[in-house]
Parts: sequence; C-alpha cells; structure tokens
Amino acid sequence: METIGTILQWLIFLGMAFTSILASVLLITRKNPIHSALFLILNFLCVAVIYLLLYSQFIAIIQVLVYAGAIVMLIVFVIMLLDLEEELRSRLKLFYSKVIGSVLAVLFLFGLIYGLVATSPTGKTGSYTAEKMSANVKAVGEALFNQYLFPFEVVSILLVVAIIGAVILSKRKLS
Amino acid sequence: MILPPVPPAFYLVLSGILFTIGVIGALTRRNAIVVFMCIELMLNSVNLSFITFSRFLQSIEGVLFAFFIIAVAAAEAAVGLAIFVMLYRSKETINVDEVNLLKW
Repeated sequence: METIGTILQWLIFLGMAFTSILASVLLITRKNPIHSALFLILNFLCVAVIYLLLYSQFIAIIQVLVYAGAIVMLIVFVIMLLDLEEELRSRLKLFYSKVIGSVLAVLFLFGLIYGLVATSPTGKTGSYTAEKMSANVKAVGEALFNQYLFPFEVVSILLVVAIIGAVILSKRKLS
Repeated sequence: MILPPVPPAFYLVLSGILFTIGVIGALTRRNAIVVFMCIELMLNSVNLSFITFSRFLQSIEGVLFAFFIIAVAAAEAAVGLAIFVMLYRSKETINVDEVNLLKW
C-alpha cells in the first residue's frame, strides 16, 4: 500500500513538473500575449497540484483562486483592452544583450543546483508534522490570527492602497 | 526495491528551473505584459520553494510567507496593469524598449 502511494506521488510529481516547465517555456516563446496568459494559468494549476503533494491545501486553494483566477483574469482583461496587433506583427529580435542575459540566468540555475547538491537543506525542524499539516487550513488560520495578526492587518492595508492606486492611475484626467 | 518519497531537492530544482525560465522571459521579451507575467512566474516559483521548506522542516512559517507573497502579487498586479493602461493611453505602445522617458 505504501509503495503504491509513493509510486503515485512520483508519477504526479514528474507529470506536473514536466507540464509546468513546458507551460512556462511556451509562455515565454509564444508571440500572442493571450496564449502566454493561458499557459500561465496551466503553469499555476500544475504548481497548485504540487502544493497538494506538499500537504499545503490552503496555499493550493489560494493559488487557484487568486493567481489562476483573479490575477490572470486581470491580465487577460488588460491584454484585450489594449490593441497589441502592432506588437504581434513585429518579429522577435535577438540582441547580444538578451543572449548574454539568458546565459547568465542559466549559469545562475546551475549555481542553484550546485548549492542544492553540495549541501542538503538542513535546519531545526518545527512542530508541524505531516499529521498536523493534513489539517492545513486550521493550522494556517491559527498561526495567522494569533502570531501573525499584525502582518495580516498590514497586508490588508497594502491591498486597499493598491486598489486606490489602481483606480487613481487608470482614471482619465479631467482637463 | 523500495522507492523513497520525492526528496525536497527535486521540488527545489523545479522551483529553480521555473525561476530561471521566468528570468529569461523577463530579459528577452519586450512586451510589458509578458514581462509582467514572467515576474508572476518568478514569484510563484519562490512560493514553491517556501512551501517545500515549510513541508520538510515541518514549520508553518513558509506557508504564511507564501500567503503574504500572493497578497503582494495581487497588489502588484492591480497597480502594474493600471500603469500599463495609462502608458498605452499616453504612448500608444507597451513595448518596454520604446518607453524610455526616464532613461538618462
């Protein structure tokens, strides 16, 4: 029984990892921004499934609701609001600076992987074991409203400021 | 043969690959909205590594950090897209190469 669960875990992880990498590569190569946005949704959904593998149901739900639902919907809305046909017609130009930047980014990835392989991630383990994390929403709520109440309030103020800022920015000037 | 569960390094490598793809996209694409989507991709991959550490160090803090990152990403989306709409209204383009008013 244990082995079947582990095999399923590997299969789900590998499938979702492959799909999310494929979706993000397609995101940065498609010319039409709408296609990019749809591949972004696919990537977010795959990462949400990986969150479920990591016993984080709360973040998986929030990922689907806020990222794949609200943020990408906003992006698609703005893409449709703007007339981007001129951008579509222009070809993808390749400059030396872009190539150098991409090579440096890949070197950065190799550095990250080397860091992972060279040292296994260690640290003091806390009290939230897998059994406790299986009631993830309750645990997150308890921590959020006791220990992290002040950051929570600050984030709500930040969101209000962002909403007011967005309205003021996109309002047409009266002149 | 007993198969071990997926080790944390695999999740972290996936997070690193997604982050690198986001960096490459943000550096090579010139459409401001696609650059913005790549930044969302990078934020998301950082979230993935936070959740991984939270799971394997058995701590709840990573989940809360991911929650706050998502809230900041939502605020950033609202303000950023409003800026793009305003930019398009005044310059008729959102190509980041042509928006160089502050370039010295």
